[in-house]
Amino acid sequence: MIEIDRITRLYDGKPAVDAVSMTVETATITAIVGTSGSGKTTLLRMINRLVEPSSGEVRINGEPTTGLEKHVLRRRIGYAIQGHGLFPHHTVARNIGAVPRLLGWPAEKIRARVDELLDLFSMPPAEFRDRFPAELSGGQQQRVGVARALASRPDLLLMDEPFGALDPIIRTRAQEDLRRIQRALGSTILIVTHDMEEAIQLGDRVAVMDAGRLVQHGTPAEIITRPATAFVAEMVGGVERPLRLLSLFPVSDLIQEGPAEGAAVPDRTSLRDALSTCLWTGRDALPVERDGQRIGRVTLDAIRSRAECHA
Amino acid sequence: MRRGILLRLALVALLLALVLRPAWFAPIFAPFAPEGGPVIYDRASLLSLSLSHLGLVALASAAATLVAVTLAILVTRPAGAAFRPLSRTITNMGQTFPPVAVLALAVPALGFGAGPTLVALFLYGLLPIFENAVTALSNLPPATMEAARGIGLNRRQRLLQVELPLALPVILTGIRLSVVIALGTATIGSTVAARTLGEVIIAGLLTNNTAYVLHGGLIVGLFAVLIYDALVRLEAGLSRRMGLAKAA
Ligand SMILES: Nc1ncnc2c1ncn2[C@@H]1O[C@H](COP(=O)(O)OP(=O)(O)OP(=O)(O)O)[C@@H](O)[C@H]1O
Ligand SMILES: [Mg+2]
Repeated sequence: MIEIDRITRLYDGKPAVDAVSMTVETATITAIVGTSGSGKTTLLRMINRLVEPSSGEVRINGEPTTGLEKHVLRRRIGYAIQGHGLFPHHTVARNIGAVPRLLGWPAEKIRARVDELLDLFSMPPAEFRDRFPAELSGGQQQRVGVARALASRPDLLLMDEPFGALDPIIRTRAQEDLRRIQRALGSTILIVTHDMEEAIQLGDRVAVMDAGRLVQHGTPAEIITRPATAFVAEMVGGVERPLRLLSLFPVSDLIQEGPAEGAAVPDRTSLRDALSTCLWTGRDALPVERDGQRIGRVTLDAIRSRAECHA
Repeated sequence: MRRGILLRLALVALLLALVLRPAWFAPIFAPFAPEGGPVIYDRASLLSLSLSHLGLVALASAAATLVAVTLAILVTRPAGAAFRPLSRTITNMGQTFPPVAVLALAVPALGFGAGPTLVALFLYGLLPIFENAVTALSNLPPATMEAARGIGLNRRQRLLQVELPLALPVILTGIRLSVVIALGTATIGSTVAARTLGEVIIAGLLTNNTAYVLHGGLIVGLFAVLIYDALVRLEAGLSRRMGLAKAA
């Protein structure tokens, strides 16, 4: 558990982060969203003490972060920096293995871990391991930056717009991978993003920042259905709110008995995608299947009332 | 590329011949020697003069590198920032003294021989290395430095594993400049009895023997060109190996 306790950072007397308090539960993803300059990076950097707070403190599992030497603290926290920050004079493998090497892992174990991570991010190790960062595309550099943050399997990960340079397809895949890794390892992740869509998809909790203040901190559904301020409402995008809300739930939530024509959708499909399929194929109900077995149907009416009752 | 290699080989061969087999060049230099005078310098072996010349340059440049890079590291740390203007003044002073004046001032303290020359070469070598090292160390890519801190490298590790390797190509450029300056400046060391190739040139000037001047000058010039070239290639190779080629 990470407790951020009335943390403030002043630059030239003006607060970049203003008395932010927030508790992050272990093994959850918290997405920090906000406009440019709202203090997201500064908040993140105060957690691994790249920036010292002007006041307030951060506790990890009850221990104040000031109790450890900075570099020791940082080795325990994965950090993917905004704009990757790879070491240009080291190969991809050496970049990814940087923290394990600092922690004194044996060479064989580092090598295996590097290859595992490259595979995970769809970069064939044989092809990429020995390249230098200058020989990668922007999106590949960014993935190597994220791989470096994950390398030592840290319990806590700080990620600053890690997927900004990825195209939508790779980005969706990287988000799913991150989700999967996080579930499997039970890591705690704080991820900064500009993109409310990404925050809603990825976050167990969403924290919205505006001009240095934390204006709302809650589940994605809360943020969408009960925005605390006009700013949050604007961030979640007025007209798209019902669709964003539907994107949070799978069709398995609304499954019912009854007939439905046409091709079936898997039960993990989001309600938003199901709605879209209904509209596109002109059907009022879709068959739902799990592991290839038909288990019921989802109706347009049910989807609509799900969106309505939260509005 | 091939032509470049051939040219370099030819220059190396020429240099070796000038140093090891000076007699071969007697017919070429004869027209420049005074009537009936000696054509080839024979009061000392050109090889031993060359070695001593190169040795002085290497020693002075190594010392200058050590001091200049250390100073540059100190003044680019937060704690040393206050000393930056002062250290710049000191290294600049090394350059503003004419080398002859440095020699003249150093002789009473250090006596005749290699000592004063070493001091002059050392002082002359400081500035380019210091300036380049300071520039390189204070213009490292900020995101990389942030990442180095963020993943938990301590100060020492950041310096040795990130800052110095990234600054190395630019520092090497400074070293190259000061080595080449030193190669030329070392010739005047023979005025205070340091054993350098300047001995040949100065003997030529004193006896109106242009053949000596040409011979000595050619050797020094060839050393300078070849060493300069080798260092340029070393820098390029390093940058390429460090994946900086695209950035540079
Ligand atoms: N080192 C610094 N010195 C002075 N002001 C700073 C410094 N770092 C950040 N700021 C200011 O603090 C505010 C918050 O910056 P921060 O980098 O946290 O924003 P951000 O939310 O991460 O923005 P972006 O989405 O553009 O990355 C900005 O107004 C910025 O100008
Ligand atoms: Mg930022």
